Amino acid sequence: MSVTGLALILFLTFHGCMNVVALFSKEGYNWICEMLGANWYAVAATMGLALLALLHIFFAFWLTFQNRKARGSNRYEVTDKPEKVEWASQNMLVLGIIICLGLVLHFYNFWYNMMFAELFPGIHYDPAPADGFGKIVCTFSNPIYVVLYIIWLVAIWFHLTHGFWSAMQTLGVSGKIWLNRWKCIGSIYVTLLMLLFLVVVLGFAFGCAPSLCSACC
Amino acid sequence: MAKNISVTIKFWKQNGPKEKGHFDTHELKNIPDDTSFLEALDIMNEELIGEGKEPFVFDHDCREGICGMCSLYINGTPHGKTERGATTCQLYMRKFKDGETITVEPWRSAGFPVIKDCMVDRNAFDKIMQAGGYTTIRTGQAQDANAILIPKEDADEAMDCASCIGCGACVAACKNGSAMLFVSSKVSQLALLPQGKVEAAKRAKAMVAKMDELGFGNCTNTRACEAVCPKCETISNIARLNREFICAKLAD
Amino acid sequence: MTKVLDSKIPAGPVPEKWKEYKAHQRLVNPKNKLKLDVIVVGTGLAGASAAASLAEMGFNVYNFCIQDSPRRAHSIAAQGGINAAKNYQNDGDSVYRLFYDTVKGGDYRAREANVYRLAEVSNNIIDQCVAQGVPFAREYGGMLANRSFGGAQVSRTFYAKGQTGQQLLLGAYSSLSKEVQRGKVKLFTRYEMEDVVIIDGRARGIIAKNLVTGKLERFSANAVVIATGGYGNTYFLSTNAMGCNCTAAVQCFRKGAMMANPSYVQIHPTCIPVHGDKQSKLTLMSESLRNDGRIWVPKKLEDAKALQAGTKQGYEIPEEDRDYYLERRYPAFGNLVPRDVASRAAKERCDKGFGVNNTGLAVFLDFSESIQRLGIDEIRQRYGNLFDMYEEITDVNPGEKACTRNGIDYYYPMMIFPAIHYTMGGVWVDYELQTTIPGLFAIGECNFSDHGANRLGASALMQGLADGYFVLPYTIQNYLADQSIWPRLSTDMPEFAETEKAVEKEIDRLMNIKGKRSVDSIHKELGHIMWEHVGMGRTKEGLEEGLKLLKALRKEFDTNLFIPGSKEGLNVELDKAIHLRDFILMGELVAYDALHREESCGGHFREEHQTEEGEAKRDDENFFYVGCWDYQGSDDKAPELVKEPLQYEIIKVQTRNYKN
Repeated sequence: MSVTGLALILFLTFHGCMNVVALFSKEGYNWICEMLGANWYAVAATMGLALLALLHIFFAFWLTFQNRKARGSNRYEVTDKPEKVEWASQNMLVLGIIICLGLVLHFYNFWYNMMFAELFPGIHYDPAPADGFGKIVCTFSNPIYVVLYIIWLVAIWFHLTHGFWSAMQTLGVSGKIWLNRWKCIGSIYVTLLMLLFLVVVLGFAFGCAPSLCSACC
Repeated sequence: MAKNISVTIKFWKQNGPKEKGHFDTHELKNIPDDTSFLEALDIMNEELIGEGKEPFVFDHDCREGICGMCSLYINGTPHGKTERGATTCQLYMRKFKDGETITVEPWRSAGFPVIKDCMVDRNAFDKIMQAGGYTTIRTGQAQDANAILIPKEDADEAMDCASCIGCGACVAACKNGSAMLFVSSKVSQLALLPQGKVEAAKRAKAMVAKMDELGFGNCTNTRACEAVCPKCETISNIARLNREFICAKLAD
Repeated sequence: MTKVLDSKIPAGPVPEKWKEYKAHQRLVNPKNKLKLDVIVVGTGLAGASAAASLAEMGFNVYNFCIQDSPRRAHSIAAQGGINAAKNYQNDGDSVYRLFYDTVKGGDYRAREANVYRLAEVSNNIIDQCVAQGVPFAREYGGMLANRSFGGAQVSRTFYAKGQTGQQLLLGAYSSLSKEVQRGKVKLFTRYEMEDVVIIDGRARGIIAKNLVTGKLERFSANAVVIATGGYGNTYFLSTNAMGCNCTAAVQCFRKGAMMANPSYVQIHPTCIPVHGDKQSKLTLMSESLRNDGRIWVPKKLEDAKALQAGTKQGYEIPEEDRDYYLERRYPAFGNLVPRDVASRAAKERCDKGFGVNNTGLAVFLDFSESIQRLGIDEIRQRYGNLFDMYEEITDVNPGEKACTRNGIDYYYPMMIFPAIHYTMGGVWVDYELQTTIPGLFAIGECNFSDHGANRLGASALMQGLADGYFVLPYTIQNYLADQSIWPRLSTDMPEFAETEKAVEKEIDRLMNIKGKRSVDSIHKELGHIMWEHVGMGRTKEGLEEGLKLLKALRKEFDTNLFIPGSKEGLNVELDKAIHLRDFILMGELVAYDALHREESCGGHFREEHQTEEGEAKRDDENFFYVGCWDYQGSDDKAPELVKEPLQYEIIKVQTRNYKN
């Protein structure tokens, strides 16, 4: 869980950086899309990524199954959560499922169109598959999508604030001092990362992304 | 000065591991609030016996917070809620409000089947210890105690890890029924000391394997264990166990 | 017919006896060890260490405990430390000095040879425990740290925070676990020994009750070792755990093992005072607190009255109005006088009306001075967990400043009072730790051997581990050497069947009394009788009255006891009733012994025998012996006294003096 999780965080970082490009330059973004879309190594990386994600999901369910068995069939009548216990840590699976649902939406909005168009040319898409930028503009002009994406980002934020230090803990690179450091680093990092995504969503939702301005000027 | 309070005890009755359990209630009137919670249960049992009923069965022994025998899940918290963390026997009635209903349940975890009422079977902990929670030294073999110098910080930290009383509150509180805090405390104690280093890798592997075999769950770092541990064991022990375990596996 | 006791003390000068013994004792060859079975009842320091050591040697060990795990035995609750004559502090300590202090502390009622052996092996214990990974306190240089303790003028006590007993027990438990894993020890948890099986005059097995199923089971072996602790719970309120009982020992007594010096009961001076009649047990605060805490009561009676009425608080009494009575009476040892002296001094003050809580049965233990001298951090480092424990129970934090007056900081003082803590008396054993029944051994608190009339602080852990690791594993071989010629005895033998039937009958008897009173209500009454009449200050009249009351109480028990439920399955009340039956008999034994011993020594104080200053007055001319009691076939008959005279070869018996 920890290794796949960390790898996925790394992926999100790249993804986030790419998105930011879209804020500033339509051409730049589309160039990246094109570059990532048409190379065999990008496809391989995508497959690797998919494998990581699937492993992460598979382990999540497998461990949850084991844990529920270990918990036993009897439930407590009264439970009182200590303050120390983070809400996210107790709900990683639920958050994970929300994230998966968001992912489906995301695939439907972007990736499906872009990726498959390249793999199976000949089918007509609108906007053009190569126009990733156009996709963004198109999607976030719909306020429902904006709200859904914000919910999604919040879920990911919760998932990662726990996930990051938890991964370090599981890998054994934590301790009395480093636990708090990892938590701090994790929170800041994940918050920045999610803000990055959020800015893109909001920037396009309210039409104030610099790239849009330059497009109209 | 102590004042008196009245409370309702809602306690779990169950005849055996396979039987279905249920809650019974009993009203306790005018209990001085400097009475300990277990003494209040003693009073309840005296009243039950007076009515010709069987008493409520629960584990308890030293009543000084050190033997680790007591194991009650009180109002949703293992050992009941105290500021610093304490065992059930160190919980006093002054922590409750007059008129309150106090729900008393057993540790609920597949690893700890109920024997009767709130008495559970924690043999699994012994088995994990038997798998490797020791240094292999025979009586009479030891060298002079001061021949091994141990930095004070290490000795102190090992002592903190060794404070675990094996009560099982960590398992009871964990939503995954994981025994990692217990196992990691023992592994940490011995990993921190030169005497234990020799067998550290073997120990970590053996104890983790035994824990898994006995059906305890996995650690997802929710920190519920640490929050309820009466001896304030921390999850930094778990990190150390993970480290020892990964290193041992990589070395294989 | 009076039995003659042979203590089997080896010949030769005292310091050479143990070496001599080991050099000439019989051993069991490795192959034969595999054929021999040993039952060890109890998993405390003595039981666990003996079981582990015997198994390491190759014997097959059956180990029993009443708790759910061996690690719960009450040795775990010892806080202060363990003595050893390492002389790591270079303060002039030696085996001889530890031996001398222990004999003197025991008021010259212990065997020289036993105590010397104890002092001798004390150093091995520390080595052994460190090798097991016991995290003893260390100095910055990495060396082991020591602290001083009551009754000694050197720092020889090793400690692990305030949890030394826990750490030593976990060490022994880990060794035991190792042997369980190896298959050499078979562990039976939640089992209670109900009787010992005697075949041809030798102990050959036990009948144990599976506490979960309620079934009786038979176990046969070549030797039986009981390590079942003391009988402190006879007093109902004590620092013993709730489960501590003397049933195994008393059953052995009924079967012919003599009970020695039962009247030597130790009262621990630093317990949290009794708060009410619902109380189930007393909590001990480690004696180590006396290292830095000062004990006092008010000088003025009106201050004491105000404290009792709750109109004044301890910290409000200024320095000049405090009576540090231990420092006043015993300038050389001050607050570190032995336990019995400290306990009686507290009782004396409270009897005079100087008690400081609502019951008038408490004295103060104050850290104000030492906190100012050493700083709160240092004091918390030493006693933090004890302070926390005290606060948890009483809502008062002794490390918290209450007020400052005339430049002096006053901290909230602790309140303490003496309570029953340890029993020096117990099953009589010879030098080999064998009882009067061949093949039956008793170790740890359960036997009487090493502490005389009073035990020094940090010596119980030492004795338990000495017996278990370094003494019994040798001496038992002297007995087992010729036992391997016998085939393993079957538990189908008539002696097993008879003993089991007798236990069964006894359980049926208890279940069928069907009276009105709960076990606890009778036990509380027993405790009250014991504390009032057979407690700290004993008199002839009081003891006779006590005996009468005890007999009446036994009748009440036999006719008016009520046990709910059935004997099948787990029945906590039934088990408690069995314990109580034996506590009552034990109580009578304590009273008989106390009545016959017309002197004051150690934990036994007869008010008729004291100096004008209220100090204990020993009578070495008439009572320089071990008082052993022999069962006469029925609980109703008074036991018979058998004397084992003491012989001192190197120590000159003196009046104990802690004044200068």
